Amino acid sequence: MSKQVTTYAGGQEYKFEKNKMSGARVAKNAVVYVILTILSIIWLFPIFWVVLTSFRKEKGSYTAYFWPKGYTFDNYKKLFTETTQLNFPRMFLNTLLVSIFSCIITTLFILCVGYCMSQLRFRLRKPFMNLAMILGLFPAFMSMVAVYFILKALGLTQGNMLYVALVLIYSAGSGTGFYIVKGFFDTVPKSLTEAALLDGCSMLQVFNKIVLPLSKPIVVYTILTSFLAPWLDFIFVKVIVGANADYWTVSLGMYNMLEKEYIYKWYTPWAAAAVVVSIPIAILFMVMQRNYVDGMTGAVKG
Amino acid sequence: MAEIKKKKASMFDTPYTLKNAFAKGDIFVRLSCVIMGLGNMVRKQVIKGLLYFLIEVAYIWFMVQKGVHNLAMLPSLGTVEQNKVWDEDQGIFVYTAGDNSVLILLAGIATLLITFLFACIWIDQMKSGYKALYLTRAGKHVNNFIEDIKSLANENIHKFLMFFPMLGIIFFTILPLLFMIPMAFTNYSKIGKHLVLFDWVGLENFKTTLGMGGKLGSTFWPVLGWTLVWAFFATFLNFFLGMLLAMVINRKDTKGKSVWRFIFVLSIAVPQFVSLLLMRTMFSQNGPINNMLINAGIVSKAVPFWTNAGWARFMVIVINCWIGIPYSMLQVTGILQNIPSELTEAARIDGANSVQTFFKITLPYIMFIMGPYIITQFTGNINNFNVIYLLSGGNPTPVGSTAGKTDLLVTWLYKLTIDYQYYNLGAVIGIITFIVLSIVALATYRNTASYKDEEAFN
Repeated sequence: MSKQVTTYAGGQEYKFEKNKMSGARVAKNAVVYVILTILSIIWLFPIFWVVLTSFRKEKGSYTAYFWPKGYTFDNYKKLFTETTQLNFPRMFLNTLLVSIFSCIITTLFILCVGYCMSQLRFRLRKPFMNLAMILGLFPAFMSMVAVYFILKALGLTQGNMLYVALVLIYSAGSGTGFYIVKGFFDTVPKSLTEAALLDGCSMLQVFNKIVLPLSKPIVVYTILTSFLAPWLDFIFVKVIVGANADYWTVSLGMYNMLEKEYIYKWYTPWAAAAVVVSIPIAILFMVMQRNYVDGMTGAVKG
Repeated sequence: MAEIKKKKASMFDTPYTLKNAFAKGDIFVRLSCVIMGLGNMVRKQVIKGLLYFLIEVAYIWFMVQKGVHNLAMLPSLGTVEQNKVWDEDQGIFVYTAGDNSVLILLAGIATLLITFLFACIWIDQMKSGYKALYLTRAGKHVNNFIEDIKSLANENIHKFLMFFPMLGIIFFTILPLLFMIPMAFTNYSKIGKHLVLFDWVGLENFKTTLGMGGKLGSTFWPVLGWTLVWAFFATFLNFFLGMLLAMVINRKDTKGKSVWRFIFVLSIAVPQFVSLLLMRTMFSQNGPINNMLINAGIVSKAVPFWTNAGWARFMVIVINCWIGIPYSMLQVTGILQNIPSELTEAARIDGANSVQTFFKITLPYIMFIMGPYIITQFTGNINNFNVIYLLSGGNPTPVGSTAGKTDLLVTWLYKLTIDYQYYNLGAVIGIITFIVLSIVALATYRNTASYKDEEAFN
């Protein structure tokens, strides 16, 4: 590509390689960089603003100016120490508790179903896959009210039983979300599993000792997505827990911080909460993303 | 085609069918239809037979205790109203318990579901009894209980692995749906005070919802229209703008590709509900954006981002782009990096310019891979509750209407059930949403490569 090109400009002779830039190209690149920079500002601005607000010294909600007049760590302190009105540490622990248990159940369910759908062949397999697809088409809220009545009939809508109710909501029906895992298990070569069966492994051992270890990226991906679900969901917990502030999760609590009765006092701590919650989730997300990409591209090579 | 289907079905066929059990089974197998597990017990599968028998006893006990009553109440959904009775001894009003139609409906549906599961077990034990007989007749080994348990790790492993997930799905996905669907055919609603006692009304609710004349009908059609418009823009703007961004960053001349990408990925990593609440705050009446616009002298008074219908609709689509473009950018980037270079090289040698290459090679290639994903996105956007609820809350809402100008079917469903307690109408909207989605999905999903070519890797 580095063909020498000669051009004449103003009577003088310039020599340069073609893959250096011509005038039109420089202009084009400049335009591209300007656009990318503007877009970057648009995408970074809200994040920048929330970090800025979380350090804002002035109390109250909206201000008529952009840059805070003073900076402080008090908002973070307030978030974790002032617990009489809105108990953020408790919300955090609630969410953690629910997400750990629902993560264990969901992961087990999805991996088991994914294995059955991918590696086994039995009569009800296709009907089950079609059923899962049809169930996925109903809006989740439609059954939400019904789920609430069922939980109520089981006595799970009062006191500490609400934790059980929340865990069940996030995990009980998760068996239908097997598609990605199944797709990954499909790439485990049949020759491997068949060889293991000939060597006297049981099907359960094939699952434990061959398929799972070969599918690490997708297992990690499943664990992380199911762990994150209770942190990101907001509406199920609103319907089930409602006004009972002791059992709010982080997202419901943060939604309420911006409601009329709280916003004046909790506006800047809300920004702090957004930062506090985003950092661990962002890290988990980055890990998850890498595993997902690995899962999709670096599938098991036979 | 039909022949292939037949062949596939026969892969799982065994001689142990219900029909054979009655036609060829001995007296014990046939008697199993009344005394469950008998066919197993006489063939030395005592524990298995006993388990079947216990299930039968438990089911009969349940039906006598509760089940029959539950089913009998289903047609009327209860008639006794709660009453206040003056109690002379205590000197207070005492409430006598009335019927609660919701609980009656729930109990009735649950009983039907349990009966269905029982019927499955009944069929299973008939087959199992005949299988034991069949194997004995053939002089083959009949599994004892311990061997049966062991088979759960091998040929029956799917029964073991699927049991608990299935239980969860039946009681937390299927039962709620079976419970909600009948609600659409009742008058369970705050209207007319039918929150405790309600009745079957047939297709009445569908008529009021779909009828153009009534107040509800005149709300429904605009909401459906906006839902489709929203889903269209939210899906295709995100996809095409994301693709454009990916291609600009992926250009040969663009320096610092990974830095640019990182900037956009950063916004994905922020939890969605945080960024949505953040955006709502920033664009609110007194929020920073309005402040900046006023301070810069661009506008004289605050822009009504969330209070003007046109603005609000524009804003939810634009903010959805802010959230969605980085995703599609990431995906398209992955595809662009994997495009076989022979394709584009060949096109260039044939004299195609970059625009032609894009429209004839790159775009079709991307569409080929992203097709199924776009369909899922579209159905996902029809049900995109979070974006609307957290941003505009469906507002602005005209006075006297149950749905706002930015409400989708799902958020309207939420308002109808949770805020207004029109449970029957909520169920109607849910069913209609399902029908809309099924039409989209059936027309497209089943044609995707991954659905058809399931065995491609095996």
